[in-house]
Formats: sequence, structure tokens, C-alpha cells
Amino acid sequence: MIKFYRRYPSITHRQHRSFSDLSSNSRFHLPIDIDYTMASEEQAKNSTAPATFDAEAADCLMKELRSTFLDGKTKSYEWRSSQLKSLLKMLEDSDKQICDALFSDLSKPEMEAYIHEIAMIKSSCKLALKKLKDWMKPEKTKTNLGTFPSSAEIVPEPLGVVLIISAWNYPLLLSVDPVIGAIAAGNAVVLKPSELAPAMSSLLAKLLGKYLDSSAIKVVEGAVPETSALLEQKWDKIFYTGNGRVARVVMAAAANNLTPVVLELGGKSPVLVDSNIDLTVTARRILSGKWGCNNGQACVAPDYIITTKQYAPVLIDSLKHNLVKFFGEDPMNSPDLSRVGHSRHFARLKKLLDDDKISGKIIHGGQTDKSNLKIAPTIVLDAPEDSLIMSEEIFGPLLPIVTVEKIEDGIEFINSRPKPLAAYLFTNTKQLKEEFVSNISAGGVVINDVTLHLMVDTLPFGGVGESGTGAYHGKFSFDAFSHKKAVLYRGFFGDAPARYPPYTPGKLRLLKALLDGSLFGIIRALFGFS
Amino acid sequence: MLNDHLEADLKELREAFNSGKTKETSWRISQLNGLLRILEDRENDISMALKQDLGKHHVEAYRDEIGTVVKTVNNALVNLKQWMAAKKTRLPIAAFPSTASLVPEPLGVVLIISSWNFPIGLSLEPLIGALAAGNAVVLKPSELAPACSSLLAETIRDYLDNSAVKVIEGGSDKGERLLQYKFDKIFFTGSTRVGKVVMSSAAQHLTPVTLELGGKCPAVVGSFSSSRENNMAVKRIVWGKFGLCAGQACIAVDYILTEKKNLSNLVESLKRYIKQCYGDDPNGSHSISKIVNKKHFSRLKSLLDEPMVKSSVVYGGSLDEESLFIEPTILVDPPIHATIMTEEIFGPLLPVITLESIEDSINFIRARPNPLALYAFTENESLQKRLVSETSSGSIMFNDTILQYAVDTLPFGGVGGSGFGRYHGKYSFDNFSHEKVVMMRGFLVDFWFRYPPWTAQKLQLLKAGLRYDYLGVLLIALGLKSKA
Repeated sequence: MIKFYRRYPSITHRQHRSFSDLSSNSRFHLPIDIDYTMASEEQAKNSTAPATFDAEAADCLMKELRSTFLDGKTKSYEWRSSQLKSLLKMLEDSDKQICDALFSDLSKPEMEAYIHEIAMIKSSCKLALKKLKDWMKPEKTKTNLGTFPSSAEIVPEPLGVVLIISAWNYPLLLSVDPVIGAIAAGNAVVLKPSELAPAMSSLLAKLLGKYLDSSAIKVVEGAVPETSALLEQKWDKIFYTGNGRVARVVMAAAANNLTPVVLELGGKSPVLVDSNIDLTVTARRILSGKWGCNNGQACVAPDYIITTKQYAPVLIDSLKHNLVKFFGEDPMNSPDLSRVGHSRHFARLKKLLDDDKISGKIIHGGQTDKSNLKIAPTIVLDAPEDSLIMSEEIFGPLLPIVTVEKIEDGIEFINSRPKPLAAYLFTNTKQLKEEFVSNISAGGVVINDVTLHLMVDTLPFGGVGESGTGAYHGKFSFDAFSHKKAVLYRGFFGDAPARYPPYTPGKLRLLKALLDGSLFGIIRALFGFS
Repeated sequence: MLNDHLEADLKELREAFNSGKTKETSWRISQLNGLLRILEDRENDISMALKQDLGKHHVEAYRDEIGTVVKTVNNALVNLKQWMAAKKTRLPIAAFPSTASLVPEPLGVVLIISSWNFPIGLSLEPLIGALAAGNAVVLKPSELAPACSSLLAETIRDYLDNSAVKVIEGGSDKGERLLQYKFDKIFFTGSTRVGKVVMSSAAQHLTPVTLELGGKCPAVVGSFSSSRENNMAVKRIVWGKFGLCAGQACIAVDYILTEKKNLSNLVESLKRYIKQCYGDDPNGSHSISKIVNKKHFSRLKSLLDEPMVKSSVVYGGSLDEESLFIEPTILVDPPIHATIMTEEIFGPLLPVITLESIEDSINFIRARPNPLALYAFTENESLQKRLVSETSSGSIMFNDTILQYAVDTLPFGGVGGSGFGRYHGKYSFDNFSHEKVVMMRGFLVDFWFRYPPWTAQKLQLLKAGLRYDYLGVLLIALGLKSKA
């Protein structure tokens, strides 16, 4: 498989086209220097990805899907509902295979596989089935006096043929959840799962191919070349989950075709910990959000903690104590911790640990095992701001703790950095809660817990600024893949002559009154006063 | 040298936003009121600038650019507090005890790039949304409407908070320079070609964009049972084509689709109403705008010069380069592959395409890029239903034209080639906001089965809990049941 990874020069962020030099056919380049290598040769051999998926294959694929969509079948309630039912059956029949694939790709403990991926995706599918009719209904809206008599409604319609590119850390959830939204909204779909979770990628190709309508829903496996070929096509929407560097490439490719995008990215999600808290509950919640979520490899995992110099020792003690309770004295061999996803990622995390700037600051853990891709839960105290661990999203089992003089300084610290996907605060102080909510901008904010907002399907999940654009989950997924078309019906009863030339001052008076929406004004104007 | 000024301006805007003042309700209200005062105090200046740039009649200027904007500002002022309020969200029982709400917050420093055809309206409409949402704003008006651009620069400087709202004038080179900087949102109204460049530049900074583009807006014209209705339909089409900036409008009727048997009546009516609106000397009537500049004039002229197009002209067709005037022109069945039928016309040329039956219009429209607006004049309910469900467009309007622009409760925006994102009314506020999720928990209740080390029992508890099977949870916890 290695021969198919052609080298592409990586883009610099300063590259841009001028207004006058718009060559819409220019190729964009996916950076090779990020996670695009296979986890191991062994997994590579087991992958069922086709030999080549090139530009021509992508053209054919798009032709077929476009033709399916134009035929109208994906728009019907029956089709959408039957696909969602099959998807649910697929999930119910394949529990074991899914857990096995997640274990193979990430050593994900069965609990995590079940709670964070399988249960969540089943619930998402059931919700879509239950609410589909409601979501598809046009929404009647009021109109104003200026257009009387008229009636209006907003009609949701599918966008067309959409592309979903998913990530490796929650390879089932992040692939299938957007697919549910796309199907519910009536689109034809291509899913490109991450090749860095190869067992899940090939399982998804197999299962979706077996259970769903493959004339409208397809899985394309592969890496850089395949993704590039896909990105050159004209999609009606691209939904990307991953990191900021590739997101820039995806958006630039989308720009060529004026394709709208949803970008679910990440960032450094901070946890501000006050001293006025229930310490045990706080420590356990932080630990479960950090190490209990794919061992820190989650976009909303707590990235780093900020607390006061005074409270830090107390907090650290409780964290260490509860770490042992959760994962035992020898966490490297605990079955309840996922491993690091793949070797490239391991190397990156090792680099963060080996950074000179944090030598002497590792106060817990720090052990690594390259052959098994394991890193022990590690706590780093007061890493300098310019250290690697404090400048990039960690996405792993390393937890820096930053100390400040007073807790309010933590808010300024967070605000001086790019907007994260999530921000967390632990406190019982009302004023601090209010200040945090009104001053911190993030995709989502949780007070006194972590990551839970993901599991609630009445809340939109998405980022802002560097952490992304757009949102999904529940009805928001349906909306993300729909166009809300405004429909206005007019009658012939009322027609203001004021609209039409030749223009006169009298017409102007009437127009002013009409636009004002004031009935009295209209009457006055009609009688020649104003 | 120019660089420093621009950088200093952008730095000032960022500082103004970071200071938090633009988030205050009082600030937002003061800015909106400032806009109202501009529109009231300077109505005449605005009208004159529009006359100078585009030859717009005072009534057209008021109707399309001043009056509608006044309506929008008033709507924003009335609804601001409600729009700004956090929305409580219902949570499922499994999340008890927590509360959640959606809190709208401004994005930061936003860039609005507007267009030349409605230079005041298309600058101020998004500006209202951006200010209502609490952002600091850079407005880049189009240099092709220079009198309006400099009037906007002057009035916004004088009436609004200059440290947080700035107008940056200039051409495409200035636009390019602006796009190199990081904004928290870019709102662009204009052509597809430039839209692509804007989005590509935005991609470097992961800046979300709204693109309000255009397309060929068709008008499907059936016939009605009464001649009164037929006449009204024609009046509305004539207005929707020639009455707004001489057809240089993104939602202007681009071309007509009608049945062959309806053609002669339709063309006669069109001619009659054009004469009624514009008289025998439309150039002298001052009731129709001029073409914005020589470049667009030449473009429109060359549309008519293509083979077989000129011979399809059945009314009008006269042009005067000096006054940048093109007469309202009707064409019947120009070649489908001529440029006039493949590119957005954006001018006072109205092709009428004939079909065997009116239902053929659906396939005709579907074979082409999604337009910003679709108009259909018909009382046939089944055709109406088919048009709504089988075609896709930004909006669709029955038995009239253009008016959807003025309805604040309807989202205004495109789909596919006509753009993405939407605004007007609350949609403008939402466009420039981030809806932040805020979830609150207490410490009182903490389920022990959330935490590792994982055991078979915990798995069963969680499975039951996630199914809301609370009895099951109880039994498993008490050891009376082992499998969920």
C-alpha cells in the first residue's frame, strides 16, 4: 500500500490566489507531514481498500450518485426511513464486530466502545427515525404588512451529493453520525473513513455496502491520493472532522466549487478549577474526560488545567489518587485505557514529552512503550507557555497544569489563545460562572463536568474560530445537510401602484407608509396626507 | 505606507472588540440608532449618490435602498433583546440534573464586502446584522459605485463608533489585501468568480463565509383565467425585470419560460406595460437606472451581438454608450447555447423561451445551476407543488417577483451556484453570531458507574441507563439482575 502515498508538497498558509489570477483547476495539496501513514504493515495488508481510486474513478462515482439523486429517490420519506432502519439493524447486528475493530485500531476498552460509540450512534439513529417526519415538514412563517396578502413557508430540501470525511479517534461515531444526518435530509452520500483506523474503515465499507442502498450511499477507503481525488469533485456539501491543517486544504478545495463546509476541528480545551468545589467529584470527572475518553485522544477531552498556585497541590493529590483507583498502580497494563492510535501520533506525543522546556516538570507518569504504543497518564506542572505541550492540541494522555495567582487570571489566559472546541469550569461560585460564560468563547462550555454536552442531542455540537464552523447532532445534523428554501405565495388582490413607474411624489408617500408597516400611515397616504 | 494604515485600523478594531464594548446592549442600540439617523438625515444625499452612480430615480432609491433598510433597522431594534437572550434547551432525562442553554455571542471582527448594484442596501443590511450581533465591522463597499462608497465612508465615520466600525474604500487590490488578514467572518455579495477567491482566501484562516451570489432567475409564466390577473402578472414581471436597477439585481427576473400558445399575448402585454412604465422615450424618462459602467455596457452589448441573438429581438434593443443606457429589450427564443442564455444577464434584456407545455419548465430549470430565486405565475396547484419539490433555488415565489427580499421572517440566500448562508431579520443576527452551548451540572449526583475500572456490572448499568430503563438500573445495582 505504501507505493500509493505519493508525495505532495505541503501548503504554506500564506499562499493565496489574487483576484486576477484565478485558475480554478489548480491542484491543492494535502500536507504529507501529518498523520497519513498506516499504523503498521500488518494492518495495511488487512485493509480492503481498492488498488486505485483516482480522478477517473471519482468522476464515475460522482456521475452515478448525481444521477441517483436527480432521479429523486433519496428525497422520499420512505427511502430515508428505510435507510435509517437498515442502519439501525446494521448497528444492532454488528456489536461484536464493531468492538473488535475498535480494539484492533485503538485498543479501545469495551465500555468506551459501547458507551461512547455504539450507544451514541444507535441513539442518534433512533432519534432521526422518530423525528424524521417532523423535520421534513415545511415551517409556516408570518409575513409583514408590506406584502399583504401573502403566505410564506420555509421548506427543507436536500443539498444533493455530499462528502463526509471522518477521523480516526472515534471512527464509528464520527463516520456514521454525519451519515445519519445526510440520509435524514435526503442526500446521496460518500463517506471517506480515516485510513488511520483501518479495521473500522474496512468494516464500515463492508457493512454499509451490505445494509444500505449502494446506488446512493458509498464508502471510499484510502488516504491522501483518494481524498485528493474526491476533493476535486463538485460536492453540494463537505463535512470534515479532523485537524486545522487539513481543514484549510478541504476548505480551499471546496472554494473551487463554492461548496459549503462544516468543519469539526479541535483545539486546546481548558479546564479552569476553582478551590470552591467538591474535590473528589471534580477529580473523577476530569480524569474520566481525559483518560476515559480514548486516552485523551478526543476533540473535547480536557487538554490542560488552570488552577491557583495555592490549590494546585491539593488538586494534584486528588488526581493522582483517583488515577490509581481508576487504572491501578500499573496503568501501562490497564485494560481500561486505550492505546495511542498509531505510531506517527506516538512519535508526536513523545516529542512533546521530550521537549527540553518541560524537563523536570513531569510530576506523574511519563513512561512510554513504543512497541505497544502506550504512554502512561502523565501530569506536567507549570510547563512554560512556549513549550510544545502548551502550544499545540495535545490529543493524548498528557495533562499540563498551569498555575495562576488568582482564579480570574485563568479567564485571561484562556482568552489569549485560539477559541477551543470546549471550555470547562469547576466552581460553586456564581460570579465566576457568569464571568466564564460571558467572557470565554468556545464551541461549548460545561460547568462542573466535562464532555457531557456531546451526548445530548438537543444541543448543537460544533466549534468557533480555529475549532471549526457549523454544528450537528440531532436536528442540527438534519439542518446541516439541508437547504431551507423560502417559499412565498402572493395573490392578486392587493397591488400598490406605488411600486411601478412612472414615479410620482404621491407614490413615494405611499411607499414610505407601506414600508413602515403602519396601517394608519397607509390610510393617510392614500388620502393624500403625509 | 498604505499597509500601515490598514494594519493600524484592523488593530484598533480588534482592540475595540476585545474591550467588550461592542457586546453591550447599549452599544448595539446606539449603533443601530446611528444608522437610522443616517437614513433620515441624509436621505437626499443618499438619493443623489444613487442617481450619480446608477441613475436611480429617487422613488426607486427610497423603495429599494433607504426604505427597506429603515424597516430592517427598526425590526432589529424592536427584537434585539429577544435575539440576544439565551435560549433554554430541553434536556433528556438521562442528563438530569443538568441545565443547558444556547447563548448567542458575537464572532469578533467581521468583514462585509458589498456590491455595486444596491450599494447602500447591500452594505447596510448585513451591517445591521453584524452590529446587532455585537461585532466590530469592516465594510468594504464596491468601488464601482464611487459616490455611494464615499458617502458611506463619511456617514459611518460621523454617525457610528469609528473605533469599532470602519469603512475601507478601494478596488480589487485593496480587497485582496484585506483578505490576507484574519477575520472572524466574511460576508460577501457579488459575483461567482470573486466569491471563489474570497472563499479560497478565507480558507487560510478557517474563516467562515457567507456568499450571496446570483444566477439566472427564471420566471415560469402560465396563463390565468382572468385578464386582470394576466395583466397584473405581466406588470409584476416587467417591474421585476426592469424596475430594479435596470435588471442589474441578483433576484431580477433573468428570463421567462412560457408555453408557445401563450407567447403572442404575453409579448403584447409586456410591450404594453413597458411603454406604460417608461413612455415612448425611456432614456428620457429618468425612471430606469443606467448600466453601471462601460465594461458592463460592452458586456451586455456583446450579448446582443452574438449570431441569431440580434434577430430574436422583438422589442427595444437600442443602446446609447454615452449615457450608458440600454432600452428595455425583449427577445423571443434566442439560441439556448448563446451567452445570453448561459450566463447571468444582469441587465435590461429579457429573453422569452417557449416550451410545448408549461411542465417542461421543470426539466429546463433542473438542467441548469440552482438560481437565487425562482418565480412562477400560475394558479395550477399541482404545478406549484411540483416546482417546490422538484426544483432547488434560494427561494421560490408564486405570482410576484422580488418581494421575498422585503420579508424579514424569510431567510434570504442561495444554494449551489447561487451561494450559501442566509440573512435578513433574525437570520442576519444569527449569521454574525456563534450559538454557544452552555451546560451546567451540580456536584450532588454522581453515578459511580461512569468511571473506570470497568466491570461487566458497570457496563450493564450503563446500557440500562442509556435506555432510560431505571428499574433495570436499580435491579442491577442491587445485584438482583445481571444482564441489561
